[in-house]
Amino acid sequence: MSAAWTNIATSAHSLLERLPLLARDFTTDWLPESARWLANSLITIATVVVAFASLFALLTIVERKVLARVQNRPGPNRVGIPFTKIKLFGLGQPLADGIKMLTKEDIVPRAADQVLHFLAPVALLAFSILTFAVIPFGRQLVPLELDAGVLYFFAAGAATELAVFMAGWASHNKYSLLAAMRALAQLISYELPLLLSIVPVVMLAGSLSTVGIVEKQAGWTWGFVPHWHVFTPWGAAGFAIFFVAALAESNRSPFDRPEAESELIAGHLTEYSGFKYALFFMAEYFGMCALCGMGVTLFLGGWQAPLPFLEIIPSYFWFAAKLLTLLFVFMWIRATLPRLRIDQLTRLAWKFLVPLALINLGVAVFWALTADWTGAIRAIRWIVAGALIVGPFVLIGRKLSSGIAPRTYRYAT
Amino acid sequence: MTAVLILIAVATLCTAAVAMALRNLIHSALLLIASWTGIAAFYLWAGAEFVAFAQVLIYVGAISMVVLFAVLLTRQSRADVAIAPGSLGRVVLALIAGGAVLGVLVGAVLSTKFANSSATTPTVTVKQIGQSLGGAHAAALLVIGVLLTVALLGAVVLATTDRAEKEDA
Amino acid sequence: MNLAPLQLCLLFSSALFCIGLIGALSRSNTILVLLGIELMLNAANLNFIAFWRYGANSEPATGVMFVIFAIAVAAAEAAVGLALVITIYRHQKNIRLQDATRLKG
Repeated sequence: MSAAWTNIATSAHSLLERLPLLARDFTTDWLPESARWLANSLITIATVVVAFASLFALLTIVERKVLARVQNRPGPNRVGIPFTKIKLFGLGQPLADGIKMLTKEDIVPRAADQVLHFLAPVALLAFSILTFAVIPFGRQLVPLELDAGVLYFFAAGAATELAVFMAGWASHNKYSLLAAMRALAQLISYELPLLLSIVPVVMLAGSLSTVGIVEKQAGWTWGFVPHWHVFTPWGAAGFAIFFVAALAESNRSPFDRPEAESELIAGHLTEYSGFKYALFFMAEYFGMCALCGMGVTLFLGGWQAPLPFLEIIPSYFWFAAKLLTLLFVFMWIRATLPRLRIDQLTRLAWKFLVPLALINLGVAVFWALTADWTGAIRAIRWIVAGALIVGPFVLIGRKLSSGIAPRTYRYAT
Repeated sequence: MTAVLILIAVATLCTAAVAMALRNLIHSALLLIASWTGIAAFYLWAGAEFVAFAQVLIYVGAISMVVLFAVLLTRQSRADVAIAPGSLGRVVLALIAGGAVLGVLVGAVLSTKFANSSATTPTVTVKQIGQSLGGAHAAALLVIGVLLTVALLGAVVLATTDRAEKEDA
Repeated sequence: MNLAPLQLCLLFSSALFCIGLIGALSRSNTILVLLGIELMLNAANLNFIAFWRYGANSEPATGVMFVIFAIAVAAAEAAVGLALVITIYRHQKNIRLQDATRLKG
């Protein structure tokens, strides 16, 4: 009886697990062999784009709601189903916003570089969508399995910086250009810690393929501590650096220098209106989702379940859960922290994150060399690795913040 | 397969040629970046995935940024990125020299009998690249590391302003 | 005339090299000259990949290795070159190559 029960459970589970693939194969089954490959790719692309476009719509409302709740106000709660009194907590808001954006006049400044002004949002969106190609959304659910997947991700991500520059330059507006230069300085500065923080992962997983890295994180110690990279000293430090750099790379608060509305109006977005503005907005959210997805893949075990018995739930659900958690933290940080000044921002990158990332590389080497330590000396391994990270962290942090804190208030108490 | 190659080649060459002839420096730089992307496409076509991604990451992600920064830091007025063309004599001489080199190269390529290529496409995995970087080419890797560090320091030293000198001026 | 793929690749890279050469020789803007040189370097890299792909007895990774190192050197070259451009600009307030004659004896 129980054996049969387990059997049913396993097959139901594997069915659920492979449901997206089965659905895809079912739709393209009638096609000839040569066309099937193309159809399968198109379906994959369409699914990813549609899924993230709807996630974007959802995120805009969720973000406004989260910000509102943090600031103790209700947030958008009026738009529901039209012509009825059903409000659904304001869930109709993204649709209303979309219609507004689409019907707005598209203004191009007369002095603007017409071609570049048009190309910038298109290029930005295209490159952000490209980055989704190598993220494994679930077991066997990776749009494009590449041997050098991580490299591909960062190559496609690097190209988005160019679009920001194009937008700033083409607008022919001093605020736009200033913002674009700031954005470039910021993006280049944070590219470095971002890349350095993932080197230990690539090193210890021995693979540049995203699928391979996720598979390396399978299994549990003592049956409940997952083998995710974030649960090692170098992984935790790497994830922290990655997360801060990702915040800066996606121009999110507290690093939203490029569009600091209080001093640069809206930065490189100043001269954009209507649908082009919406495209920028969308690309920014796509970039954020992609970086979070990469963070989940590299450090948080990708689609792996956190506990063995939770593996019943299909893998893509776990990926989505982790992704949404990270996105929520992004929003939370935006609501909590004030914006940094440009010199503070670059100093943080060059004097704090880069040295720490380099030290973290050394710690990862130590970790790899001591992989055969077992039993009691395992504790020593943890202590040494932890001290190697925490020590420099405290020292560099104290050095950098000397003279800044604690702040004294002369006229206030 | 060959059609794809010709397409990539024509796109790359056109963007490069137009970039070299344009008067607006920013447009030139952006078109050159397109041309570098075309070269990356060629690498992808040839099956050298890793090199293609490295090309995009370094040229489109890094060198392009440095170029754009240099363009914007070295212009006199706001609108001044249009540059005076070189004198006609220089252009003509350059075209003659370039044409001569092209003629020699094309002649050489067309007249050489190449050994028949092996039918199998060479494949190289990231693992192989890593192993040869850490094995046979380890010394070269170290030298490159030193070179990059020196270049970084040199660039910083060259580009920093001497504060004392500035105060005198 | 039927060209082998290797010859096509080589013609492609020759043409690219010459475009870079003509650009570097004919323009007077230092940045464009640097970009022309950069194009010539890329053309050389194209050749390495072409011979790796179609060469008679290529080892698995040699051509690829060469291009990786060449790209790293190109990055260093661009960084130093553009720092030089900025220094020249600071001294003579423009970046015309013809005006950079201070070291002329």
